[in-house]
Amino acid sequence: MTVELLQVTGFTLLMAALATLVMLPPGLALAWLLARYEFRGRSVLETLVSLPIVVPPVATGLILLMLFGRRGPIGRLLEPLGVEVVFTWRAVVIAMAVMGLPLFVRAARAAFEQVDRRYEAIAGTLGARPWRVFRTVSLPLARRGLLAGMVLGYSRAVGEFGATIMLAGALPGTRTLSVAIYRNAELGNDAAAMVLIACSVAIGFVAVYAANRAGATP
Amino acid sequence: MSSIVIEVGVRLGAGDEAFQLDLPRVEVSRTLALFGPSGAGKTTALELVAGLRRPDAGLIRSGGRVLFDHGAGIDLPPHKRRIGYVPQDLALFPHLDVRRNVLYGARSARAARRKAAELERVAGLLEIEALLDREVRELSGGQRQRVALARAVLTTPDLLLLDEPLASLDRSSRQRIMPYLEAVRDVIGTPLVYVSHAADEVRRIAEWAVVLEHGRVVDAGPPADVL
Repeated sequence: MTVELLQVTGFTLLMAALATLVMLPPGLALAWLLARYEFRGRSVLETLVSLPIVVPPVATGLILLMLFGRRGPIGRLLEPLGVEVVFTWRAVVIAMAVMGLPLFVRAARAAFEQVDRRYEAIAGTLGARPWRVFRTVSLPLARRGLLAGMVLGYSRAVGEFGATIMLAGALPGTRTLSVAIYRNAELGNDAAAMVLIACSVAIGFVAVYAANRAGATP
Repeated sequence: MSSIVIEVGVRLGAGDEAFQLDLPRVEVSRTLALFGPSGAGKTTALELVAGLRRPDAGLIRSGGRVLFDHGAGIDLPPHKRRIGYVPQDLALFPHLDVRRNVLYGARSARAARRKAAELERVAGLLEIEALLDREVRELSGGQRQRVALARAVLTTPDLLLLDEPLASLDRSSRQRIMPYLEAVRDVIGTPLVYVSHAADEVRRIAEWAVVLEHGRVVDAGPPADVL
């Protein structure tokens, strides 16, 4: 049991960390776009980004399965490269990233909106191109909110179940905490499930506590 | 001593509320003052020239370069205008220490090292050498003002726009900051556009004053004649 516990916990934390890294580039871009620009289709994009929060995760997982399956539009592109997604650890990362992204984007957008745009404007008059302004002014000034968003996205990823089980299955090599809890409960291993649950609660507590601290302190 | 010819004829908004700024070919050899009561549009004028606001029509030229030309579809972004701007609240970066603020215009660590001699000269002139390793929040109003000046001057702008540089200072710091502004102008040779609602400041520093009221130029000439 302890071996399984350590393995599953370590695997879950690592996959969630990778998922957080994966959600950063699109998440930052989306948050920046929504925080700084007025354009046609803005509210549609906004709604689309939040969709994984309200759509049943199992449905999101099924959509991902159709996209990344061998015959899916993305799976077909990856196959010649020898990259398999479905039922591998990559599937876990993708499912986690998609489910965590909305939370990260919301937090990051709020963080960017709170940055005083005068600093960005002045950086421009000092000769900095927009990309440099973003890196040296906007990002560091938004860092606390971004960090809080990362912790939120990470925690969502750690707890992710529905999309993961659809895309990655419950194989020994893709088993996350929540999937392992489900499996153990299903097989009547209540004691094992309880240990895994205690472990998840502890991780969740630390994550939320850290997010609150990161977001609250100036 | 460098000087620069600027030409501004821009409109922002429409109708009675429109802001109209007309400065037909003025040579700023030392200091041009924009004078007027609050709400006259002085800050707007600076933001238009610096590229932080986009006019709805017109033309802005600085030293033979077209910064904005509505008809030709030209609108240089702020980072290409070579116009320095020190806003009234200074906008020093709160996440950077004084040295990093002052050297912000240097694009890389290498560029910053190349600026070392210039930094030393400007920091000496504005007497901020002792402040370079401090945090911005530790500085007094007058010190902040000098740091913001140094930051703008180190980008070697063609023209430096100063928005009410004395307004937020107490009386004693005011009298101390004026010589620094004159040093930037006379020693470094950066022509200044000086925005103020105080006639005595304008008389002291400017050789040409443009009077703004309700978003329009109502008078222009030597300060002794127009104020």
